[in-house]
Amino acid sequence: MTDVTNGEYDAFLEALAAGEGYYRSCENGHGLLPPRRACPHCGDRNLTERDLPSAGEIVTHTTVSVPTPQFEDDAPYVTAVVDFGGVRLTGVVRGIDQTAVEIGDRVTATVESNETDGERTIVFRPAE
Amino acid sequence: MTQVQLAGTGMTTFGSHPDRTGRDMFADAGLAALEDAGVPAGDVDELFYGNFVGTLSEGQGHQGPLMAEALGTTVPSRRIESACASSGLAVHDAVRAIRSGESDVVVAGGMERMTNMGTAGATKGLASAADDLYEVRSGVTFPGAYALMARAYFDEYGGTHEDLAHIAVKNHDNALANDHAHLQQEITVADALDAPEIASPFTLYDACPISDGAAAIVLTTPEYAAEHDLEADVAITGAGHGGDTMALHDRQSLSKTPATRDAAVDAYDDAGIEPSDISVAEVHDCFTIAEVLALEGLGLYSHGEAIGAARRGETRRDGELPVNLSGGLKAKGHPVGATGAAQVAAIATLLDGTHPRADAVDDATVGVAQNAGGTVASATVHVLEVME
Repeated sequence: MTDVTNGEYDAFLEALAAGEGYYRSCENGHGLLPPRRACPHCGDRNLTERDLPSAGEIVTHTTVSVPTPQFEDDAPYVTAVVDFGGVRLTGVVRGIDQTAVEIGDRVTATVESNETDGERTIVFRPAE
Repeated sequence: MTQVQLAGTGMTTFGSHPDRTGRDMFADAGLAALEDAGVPAGDVDELFYGNFVGTLSEGQGHQGPLMAEALGTTVPSRRIESACASSGLAVHDAVRAIRSGESDVVVAGGMERMTNMGTAGATKGLASAADDLYEVRSGVTFPGAYALMARAYFDEYGGTHEDLAHIAVKNHDNALANDHAHLQQEITVADALDAPEIASPFTLYDACPISDGAAAIVLTTPEYAAEHDLEADVAITGAGHGGDTMALHDRQSLSKTPATRDAAVDAYDDAGIEPSDISVAEVHDCFTIAEVLALEGLGLYSHGEAIGAARRGETRRDGELPVNLSGGLKAKGHPVGATGAAQVAAIATLLDGTHPRADAVDDATVGVAQNAGGTVASATVHVLEVME
């Protein structure tokens, strides 16, 4: 663990860990993760905070066998992009057999420590 | 608009050179390019130099002046960083310098020293082309990011790992004649499919190697070329640069690369050509799927069609549209900051007949080079043409 923090990213992780995940949405419906002051798709600056839906769907995934040093002890692990309807998140999939992960699987998002250095990581687990 | 003549090219052998300094490799490539062009260092007006992780691998910032010195000059210079598109962007900006009338002679190129970082260090360095907070901390590696795109592509359009293996086999085969290539090793589809997995569906042979090396080109105005009697039969007639969001999850589609499309539209418009005029291409195949995404982004194939191009033979040496005759990043190697300039040098020499694979395209007059940064959050496209 390091002592360096990253402002709104850390605030987002804390909220996600508490089951109170959120995102920002511009007036044209583009979903964004904090910090954002302007939408990169349309330039809109009128961003509204919305609750992250409790479950989303895996849209793509990969099992990483050659990691960066910060995931050395976690490998092999599955990383996925999950669509929560309005916003997408990238994280590590846990609680599903690695060879059984499929596009379309329903998952929830939380925050857990990674196995290598204990850093907080966005984690997806199967939805109830 | 001033035409941009390509007067000379130079590159080091791409490969594992952990003991060679960056300044030495760039001197090797840059001086070779000046010699090929017949241009003295004293005539160079500016240097556009691409480099990605030099501050990590050599602890060396402010590399522009250092690399200009290596060429025997102290003219204005800058280091351009756009991850793997660093020297594509250096070429792009060098073209603008000639066109604006500010400069008559420029050197564009790039260098990367990576193998001295070790596999873990280089993997970490390469991952820094992705969003550190929302991707890298979520386990995304550079191969992993492209693997996410490959799986999304398969889901949307179909395609298999075997289709990708044909791309690796083709590019390895092309590199067999290229003595500057990192990997001169023939492989089979079975070799590629049976290799150790790095990020599913990718095995080792879906990935380019970690390479050291440098490449450079010399660009001049037509007036300078005529006045100095240079042999400059090839011109850069089109240049484009496109952008996209850094993180994959912020994009509308995980299986399309609009940065390449936008760069291509601008470059073709610039050159006054259509995709159908192109007879040879060097594209950014850092991973096999990237060649597919590039060919579709360039408008050379419809979405969902390029996945089978190598398997069907269309992009092989004897096909209708040979792609990555140099071996591509896949086999020629990928010293990140040198790649974009090396691609332009490859197209130039394929068109002027001096490339070892030039006989595959002996009637070609129009070629294209596409260079991509990260997961194509940045891309450059250059059109090169033989001038009568």
